[in-house]
Amino acid sequence: MSGITASTALWYASRATGVISLVLLSAVVVLGIVVNRQGRLPGLPRFAVTGLHRNLSLFAVLFLAVHVLTAVADSYVSVSLAATIIPFVSSYEPFWLGLGAVSLDLLAAVLVTSLVRSRIPRRAWRAVHWLSYGLYPVAVVHSIGSSADLQSGWLLALTVFCLTAVAAAAVWRLRRSITAVPRFRRVVSALDDAAGGRAAGRQAAGQGRPR
Amino acid sequence: MNQQLRVNPIACTGHGLCAELLPEWASLDEWGYPIISAEPIPPRLRKAARRAVTDCPALALLLTDGR
Amino acid sequence: MTAARALPRHADGPDGRRLPGLLQAMDLDAHLGAYGPPPYRGPRQLIEVVAAAGLTGRGGAGFPTARKLAVVAGAGRRAVVVGNGAESEPASRKDKQLLLTAPHLVLDGLQLAAEAVGATMACLYLHRHPGLHRALGSALAARAAAGLDRVEVQLVSAPPRFLAGEESAVVSRINSGPALPRFKVPPMFQRGVAGAPTLVQNVETLAHLARIARYGASWFRAAGTAAEPGSMLATCRRADGTVEVVETAIGTPLGELLRLSELPGQAVLVGGYHGTWLTSAHAAALPLANAGLRPAGAAVGAGLLVALPPGRCGIAEAVRVVRYLAAESAGQCGPCLSGLPRIATGFAELAAPRPRPRLRADLERWARMAERRGACHHPDGSVRFLRSALAVFAGELTAHARGQCPATSHRPFLPVPAGVPAGQADWT
Repeated sequence: MSGITASTALWYASRATGVISLVLLSAVVVLGIVVNRQGRLPGLPRFAVTGLHRNLSLFAVLFLAVHVLTAVADSYVSVSLAATIIPFVSSYEPFWLGLGAVSLDLLAAVLVTSLVRSRIPRRAWRAVHWLSYGLYPVAVVHSIGSSADLQSGWLLALTVFCLTAVAAAAVWRLRRSITAVPRFRRVVSALDDAAGGRAAGRQAAGQGRPR
Repeated sequence: MNQQLRVNPIACTGHGLCAELLPEWASLDEWGYPIISAEPIPPRLRKAARRAVTDCPALALLLTDGR
Repeated sequence: MTAARALPRHADGPDGRRLPGLLQAMDLDAHLGAYGPPPYRGPRQLIEVVAAAGLTGRGGAGFPTARKLAVVAGAGRRAVVVGNGAESEPASRKDKQLLLTAPHLVLDGLQLAAEAVGATMACLYLHRHPGLHRALGSALAARAAAGLDRVEVQLVSAPPRFLAGEESAVVSRINSGPALPRFKVPPMFQRGVAGAPTLVQNVETLAHLARIARYGASWFRAAGTAAEPGSMLATCRRADGTVEVVETAIGTPLGELLRLSELPGQAVLVGGYHGTWLTSAHAAALPLANAGLRPAGAAVGAGLLVALPPGRCGIAEAVRVVRYLAAESAGQCGPCLSGLPRIATGFAELAAPRPRPRLRADLERWARMAERRGACHHPDGSVRFLRSALAVFAGELTAHARGQCPATSHRPFLPVPAGVPAGQADWT
């Protein structure tokens, strides 16, 4: 195999694994929101939903690693290893690749904290996990801007589908934040609910607190 | 080594994974919050208990080293 | 006044000199004249004397004080001591009165406790009673001028919430957060104020500590019982509506403290709004001591005794209190937040004519679900109060179901603050 062909193979591999990573990441974000909202996937117990969220994220990281390493290894374009983690220092497409580095860094933080989540303070884990809402859009912009792949054809359709799914889930999540009773008003709200005759049995489930 | 599975009731928002992972040790009350036995965890359930601690979305479970 | 009989036998000091009562008003000069400066002597010594004296906490939990001191002292890091003067129980007055009349005993105790545990920081957490903050500020200034204190004392104001005096809520407030309880892992004696090992002690406990440090263990043990030595302050709300804080030996009969023979009541509440209702006849002979009260389902707690006058409606009083307790939930724990409001509403319905048949069973079920499943003891205490009210006022409840009430006056007797906390500012 000539050098150019090998390089092209690596380059294609990077683009392909990039697309797969994006799709997996989209699924992970949606699943994370489903867990947060105590939603159910038909037929699956709750621990399976969290398990799926975690396992898919590990797969996403795997594909992401291949995506990054093949991009570095390939000589068709020059992407140093440093440029994959330090944003905006690449000689090839510094801006778009820089965004990729940003989202990779954020993902690394989310990943590491999640691996040790039962050993670090709850608040610290939560704070870092919120970065997911930042890393996803950055990853999407990186994907669309880095190569023309996603800008037309069925890949564009796929990208739009993923984006729509995440956006819809995010709106669902946002609604919970907006409509949730602020914590210092929970008791007032619970007393009102009880007085309003809803004391006689189980309230509608699925709202988290209060019930 | 006696370990007790305890729930932090402030962190708990009633996801209910603990009751799914440890049905013979934890159950949910009518409001969705867990009722967990205060006895030391039997050795055969330790692995599931550790999983529940790691998997709880609210990080509301802990295994304490017993007295 | 028959209070003379209730005075502890150790009103005489070890040298035979008559000691002032715990509640005797003293400014700094009088205090120094009667007691002298705080007897600093090194940490080990004080803990041993307090252990020998058998002093237990006077804030309600009754935990052995020496053990608390030892555990914080043994943490091996710079500690913090907090004097808890929040007295969030609406009907209780003993801590406020102690702080207004004898602040220097409390402040001595705070300094001695700080020395005992190696604390470099001290706080006094105060109820928002008017004048209390100012009075303690002046007392501290006078002490500073006299060079009595080794550790600087910060005054912190407690919000007017029932749970504001709970140990972890105290620490949370001092840490600039809201006065809400927190999950006690790690415990306060390991990580409390500013992450340091923290000793939280009721102000009355500190006052006793200040006297034990001077007069020793046998002096303290001259009053009270062998198992529960010493004297304590009790807030006595008698059936004629008068409120008196007395210093009394532990073990004094409740009938004597409440003067039930002259001022009979229909029922007695022992221990405040997390306490237990007892019939008057039962209560009269019981001693103010856990050994006698626990078999009756009650406890000394923070020494609050209330005699409900004849002619009042015990059920109406209890319903008001239970609603207050529900409104004062921190709202942090699912079982408490789900249970108490339902219990409060259900109890009010139960007190109305023709309650639905399953209501009593629902109430009991909610009570069982809520108790012991919170981060603090609020649901437990509230359920205890409710259950004892249902038992003692069972007859009244039956009458209410028929649309009748044996009471002649519906004027509220128990002090219950109005309003429901509805914002962050209410907890800070």
